[in-house]
Amino acid sequence: MVSRSLRLATLAFAASLALGATATARTLRVSLHSDLKIVDPIWTTALITVNHGYMIYDTLFALDEKLAIQPQMVDRYETSADKLSWTFTLRDGLEWHDGAPVTAEDCVASIKRWGARDAMGQKLMSYVAELAAPDVKTIRMTLKEAYGLVMQALAKPGASVPFMMPKRIAETDPQKQITEYVGSGPFIFKADEWRAGEKAVYLKNTKYKPRAEPPSGLAGGKVAKVDRVEWIWIADAQTQVNALINGEVDLLEAPPHDLLPLLAEDKNIELFVFNPAGRQNAIRFNVLHKPFDNPKIRLAVAYALNQKDLLDAVIGNARWYIECKSLFPCGSPLQSTRGWDDKFTSDFTKARALLQEAGYDGTPVALMQSTDIVSLSNLAPVAKSLMEKAGFKVDVQAMDWQTLVTRRTKKDPPNAGGWSAFLTSWASVDILDPVAASFLNASCDKATFGWPCDAEMEKLRDAFSKETDPARQKALAEAVQLRVLEYPTHLPLGQYVQPQAFRKNVVGLLAAPSLALWNIEVK
Amino acid sequence: MFGYILRRLAATAPVMLIVAVFVFLMLRLTPGDPAAIIAGDNANSEQVAAIRNSLGLDQPIFTQFFIWFGNILRGDFGESYFFKKTVAELIIGRLEPTLALSIATIIIAVSVAVPLGVLAAYKQGTLIDKIVMGFSVLGFSVPVFVIGYSLIYLFAIKLNWLPVQGYQRIGDGFGGFLQRLILPSVTLSVIYIALIARMTRTSVLDVMGEDYIRTARAKGQVEIKVLFRHALKNAAVPIITVIGLGIALLIGGVVVTESVFTIPGLGRLTVDAVLARDYPTIQAVILLFSFVYVLINLLVDVIYTLFDPRIRY
Repeated sequence: MVSRSLRLATLAFAASLALGATATARTLRVSLHSDLKIVDPIWTTALITVNHGYMIYDTLFALDEKLAIQPQMVDRYETSADKLSWTFTLRDGLEWHDGAPVTAEDCVASIKRWGARDAMGQKLMSYVAELAAPDVKTIRMTLKEAYGLVMQALAKPGASVPFMMPKRIAETDPQKQITEYVGSGPFIFKADEWRAGEKAVYLKNTKYKPRAEPPSGLAGGKVAKVDRVEWIWIADAQTQVNALINGEVDLLEAPPHDLLPLLAEDKNIELFVFNPAGRQNAIRFNVLHKPFDNPKIRLAVAYALNQKDLLDAVIGNARWYIECKSLFPCGSPLQSTRGWDDKFTSDFTKARALLQEAGYDGTPVALMQSTDIVSLSNLAPVAKSLMEKAGFKVDVQAMDWQTLVTRRTKKDPPNAGGWSAFLTSWASVDILDPVAASFLNASCDKATFGWPCDAEMEKLRDAFSKETDPARQKALAEAVQLRVLEYPTHLPLGQYVQPQAFRKNVVGLLAAPSLALWNIEVK
Repeated sequence: MFGYILRRLAATAPVMLIVAVFVFLMLRLTPGDPAAIIAGDNANSEQVAAIRNSLGLDQPIFTQFFIWFGNILRGDFGESYFFKKTVAELIIGRLEPTLALSIATIIIAVSVAVPLGVLAAYKQGTLIDKIVMGFSVLGFSVPVFVIGYSLIYLFAIKLNWLPVQGYQRIGDGFGGFLQRLILPSVTLSVIYIALIARMTRTSVLDVMGEDYIRTARAKGQVEIKVLFRHALKNAAVPIITVIGLGIALLIGGVVVTESVFTIPGLGRLTVDAVLARDYPTIQAVILLFSFVYVLINLLVDVIYTLFDPRIRY
């Protein structure tokens, strides 16, 4: 009797374990690159929060898979002949998750909050004379003078996207985080199930009215095809891979490149590059101190380095990277190699000649190395080796990324806690033009870390921002690219893509500049 | 005894004060600036300075300390710089997974290691003894993450018996809770099994030659009773010390195990907070760990009296 009871109990226990392992129907379980800690996409530029933003909020305009700007919440828009007056009309049927209709007033408040935080938003707002909502569906923007990046700003993907929020939320002080998470996007955030460090949950927004066009990138009809999306935070890369192989998650956003062969071997898993624009590696100079206070010495780095060695060191498989001798990302509208063909060839003779011409006195380059980010850690040793062959003295200083982030804010000389250069990477969609690419900001003290100071560069960027003709914009972007050779602010060191890995029962993934989880089905 | 416990508890106050000063200074003296991390890649120096000001990080270090310490005395551990929650809420939310993992680990470790150690002592010099001691050396030597990945490969990926990762709260179902706790707690228990088994063997061997063991055998006691009722009980004090130390050491072990198995406990919280330089969270978690450490030591001292009546405080 005891034995029978024991067997029954064992069976019941086994069944309960099995039930625990069964996936819920029509639930998409994804493991992303980071944990969702902050849920205000205007307050932070963290990529994970941008992903969250695209789940629950919508945008007036969006980029399609070819990085072309398309209306999203906007039904139609028009601009006056002098480009000073812009009118945007919202689509019919847009609704917030709480059931209230989306109004132009909501959008005006949202643009203003974003415009107070984001660099590109601030630039746009500096041109805006009036932003008004003459009726519930019309947004009217009046400019003080013509500005060529109105659409680019409103369609901006990447860091700090102009997401639309209800007016009462958008009126939150831009320096403080929002406390209510109501959007009008294809998914609804289940705040009560969100556990930072564990998971975030989204439900299908059944009232969402998608555009009629097919989905393309972040534009077109955003149709949620699963009932529930769970973001499961798995900190350890190997565990992420194991969880996908074991079917505990359906999709990995960013499996490390060195583990891709393991995933490629599994017959149930496929790899997919969702963001073909990828990321661009770069070296950033501190122009305040020797040796990089001299533009010619900075240019010598362009001759000393080569992109292949650097990309091989961090990505490895050439399938996932491209050498790209363009300041603006390859594959983007402003791509150009003009003036850059002979750079990044490890031409040590030319680099040495430049150093001699510039009077390089052997001051060591304090090169900060981030050791805890796999895609960056090997860049510095390779750069050191190549630069030393060209005659530089390089002192690689290893630290974790957060220490690097802190130290790069210091303007002290390298031997007093400052720095000379560091290597990093950018999402290509964040550097599509001279205004968006913050490393090109050369406004001295107001520029980002490295503090380049070049009136000519600022003149070109300003001209670009005022230009409305795409052909002339392209010419100005090329002028910026050429100016970088005379006054290097930073140097691009090649581009790479980050494949997603997913189980084969997941279909409908979209190529997009940011993670798009609509249109996906779990079979 | 009661007076002793009160005196020991009172003695924790200066210990906690020293820990508080030490943790605060260590964090402020190590490189890293939460303001720069919050500001992100596009920020300029002015924006970073504004954030630093809003967090109070631009005030003199002593002012920062006294504000923080004054708040702690009022039971306010502050608000995380990154999570929009108070540190107390964060810690409470992460307590259950770490407690569950620690308790399961100790239960497994003690229930496996003590019999193994007694067995090894009883079979001293035999193959069984050598196997147990061999396992002990291996358990010490192999890093926790290697054991974790190996168990995942075997039991999750190859046999598909258990999940690779994750944690289910006990309130969401006991089956899932247990299912997700098995691999991490077995992984973490290996080193403690090794430690406790070795200590048990040594302690039991020490008492096996005593007169009362011979007397028990002479009275016709069965060997298992001799071993567990007479030998083990008299060998208990050093074993309890090691178990107490083990519980304290668990604090370090859970950090790695929680990372490998994606358990959202205090270990992960500590790692995340350190990486993000989330000072209020790091300070509170370390204070909590220190307090637990002190309490475990006290508990071990009290338990001594249960096993050895000669010990009195």
